[in-house]
Amino acid sequence: MNLFFHKVADPMHQFEVQKWFELPPVFGYDISFTNAAGFMLLGVVLCIAFFGYAASRGKIVPNRLQSMGEIGYGFVADMIRGTAGEEGLRFFPFVFTLFFFILFANMIGMVPYAFTTTSHVIVTGALAMLVIGIVIVFGLWKNGLKFFKLFAPSGAPWYIYILLIPIEIISFVARPLTLALRLFANMLAGHIMLKLFAGFAVTGITAGGIGLAVAPLAFGMGVALNALEFLVAGLQAYVFAILTCVYLNDALHPAH
Amino acid sequence: MFAIVLAAESAHGAEKAAFPPFDPWHFPSQLFWLAVFFGFLYFALSRFILPKIGNTLERRESSIAGDLDEAARLNEEAVEAQKAVEVSIAKAHAKARETADKARTKIDKNIAAETAKVDAEVDAKLAEAETRIEAFRTDAMKSVESIATDTTEAILGKFSTKAGKADISSAVKSALGEG
Repeated sequence: MNLFFHKVADPMHQFEVQKWFELPPVFGYDISFTNAAGFMLLGVVLCIAFFGYAASRGKIVPNRLQSMGEIGYGFVADMIRGTAGEEGLRFFPFVFTLFFFILFANMIGMVPYAFTTTSHVIVTGALAMLVIGIVIVFGLWKNGLKFFKLFAPSGAPWYIYILLIPIEIISFVARPLTLALRLFANMLAGHIMLKLFAGFAVTGITAGGIGLAVAPLAFGMGVALNALEFLVAGLQAYVFAILTCVYLNDALHPAH
Repeated sequence: MFAIVLAAESAHGAEKAAFPPFDPWHFPSQLFWLAVFFGFLYFALSRFILPKIGNTLERRESSIAGDLDEAARLNEEAVEAQKAVEVSIAKAHAKARETADKARTKIDKNIAAETAKVDAEVDAKLAEAETRIEAFRTDAMKSVESIATDTTEAILGKFSTKAGKADISSAVKSALGEG
């Protein structure tokens, strides 16, 4: 077994960030263009190409690709209308960008040897903080101090509030954490599992003996997990987007 | 097999210290490029792409609605036209019936007039014919009388019986009157 195989079989190797282009530090920060940035760019380019095509064609009678782009548009619009109402549509471009940024990143991650940008907690954390930041800033700007009614839902006796307000505050603080960790953990765990089972299959065959019996099982598991991971990739993008809508709804209507 | 995997892990572990997603060296780079690309995607989508798609969807909706309206309008027109046709057919029927009735009364009148005229002519001719027949008959009876008188005279002459002309003629007359 050579060194390359060790490296490839290591389930953590796929998450390593490597510099593609070294860039001079800005304010002491290293902002080199990495494989993470490269695959992020790929996702953005594919997203713009796909929806740009659908937009620029703009025929009354669409072809399949244009229709798919328009279905994506309608899907996100309906998602916002369903959770945050018509008023939520002012955030339509943001939610749309968020959903398809994550979806394209997740789907690109499903291609072997590709880097999954959403498997890094710094990325999902930054997106979650962006969402919560918008909720707080917009909520305060639109509702003023009424925004804090979010932590004290009306209609409860006063002594309940002693318990209720801390719980509401904790649940609000937990939102960015859960939002970030759910996506990160799902992508990380899924890709580790895929790599492990694929690795078992290869190692089993090269090891021989009982490994020959284990390898097909591991390979079958890998195939099944692959299907599951495609589902997870779509679902997690959806969950992230719909929770964003739910939180934005709180900013729009804090006194629910 | 597991021994090999474990060996690989430990060998690797010696090379790299941190779990890659928690390795902080790439955090600034990740955040920087995320901001750049996410921002760029947001800009491109919200400024150019999404308004265009929304516009297309709106145009499609309004064009479908317009087409439906147009179809409803044309349908209404068709119904109106059908009604108009039905009305004009009914009118034509009525007119035809009227014309036919008029023609029938006129013809009936003509027929009655002709019949009356012909009847009168026939009556006149019949009357004339009867007068002529009556005249012929009177003439014929007169001739019969004179012939009978002459014949009687002649027959009596053959029998050598002398009789007066006046007697013969009165006898013939009475015989004819009896006859």
